Amino acid sequence: MADLKPGDAVPELRVTPDKYLPHRYAGASGDFNPIHVDREFAESVGLPSNILHGLYSMGVVAKAASQGLAHGDPTALKKLTVQFRGMGLPEQEIDVTGTVKEVDGNRVTVDLEARQGDNRIIRNAVAELEI
Amino acid sequence: MALKTDAVGKSWPSTTYQVGREKIKEYATVLGIENPVHFDVDAARDAGFRDVVAPPMFAVVYSLAALAPAMFDPEVGMNFATMVHGGQTFEWSEPACSGDEITTTAKCVSIEEKLGNGFYVFETTSVNGAGAEVVRGTWTNIVRGV
Repeated sequence: MADLKPGDAVPELRVTPDKYLPHRYAGASGDFNPIHVDREFAESVGLPSNILHGLYSMGVVAKAASQGLAHGDPTALKKLTVQFRGMGLPEQEIDVTGTVKEVDGNRVTVDLEARQGDNRIIRNAVAELEI
Repeated sequence: MALKTDAVGKSWPSTTYQVGREKIKEYATVLGIENPVHFDVDAARDAGFRDVVAPPMFAVVYSLAALAPAMFDPEVGMNFATMVHGGQTFEWSEPACSGDEITTTAKCVSIEEKLGNGFYVFETTSVNGAGAEVVRGTWTNIVRGV
């Protein structure tokens, strides 16, 4: 890991949240907003279906950075900032990609994004890790 | 109509969350995180942690109770019908381990109108029982058409 340099790719992470993932994430996180767990409610407010929690998608980005660059060391990730844009949907593959932006000693800054097909659900994500 | 900004600078009462092994396991399982330090106390101690350690984004779990009263405060007055979670930052310091009691305080740092939308920014600060900062969260909610 010591020889990371700007422009290096973060190992890609692909994960497909199943139909009930938003329910399990609601239980794990305590966020039971009905737009995430009630398809009928979500459709009644104009959404295509119940949608993924943004913070779940951010969790997947955090995992991609920690696992891809620091063997999953939970102390490596020092900062993560994201913008939530397109809505994430269950039963569609999430593809997280990233590029090393800066290396300063053991501090590595990476740019990341998460997409489902052409829909960028997290963009302008920046992670700082100590590895 | 001018955006109501009375709540800028306001803090809400702290909440304390006791981190537990089973909750860490539940969170890590949902995210598909497989490192044994999140599941097995011996693996965690071998890696130098005092107990099973939480993945960084577990910050959501212990921050939420402190943030909720801020989000729903009528003085803040967010219109939930048109609100989306626009952005999020976490900055981590000390790891959170099972047995830790983490106290989180939320405050409203800014309320601004940009291009007809309201940007409501809250900050949560979480400290452990030893008084060390664990994480600082910045939560940006966007209300369309204010």
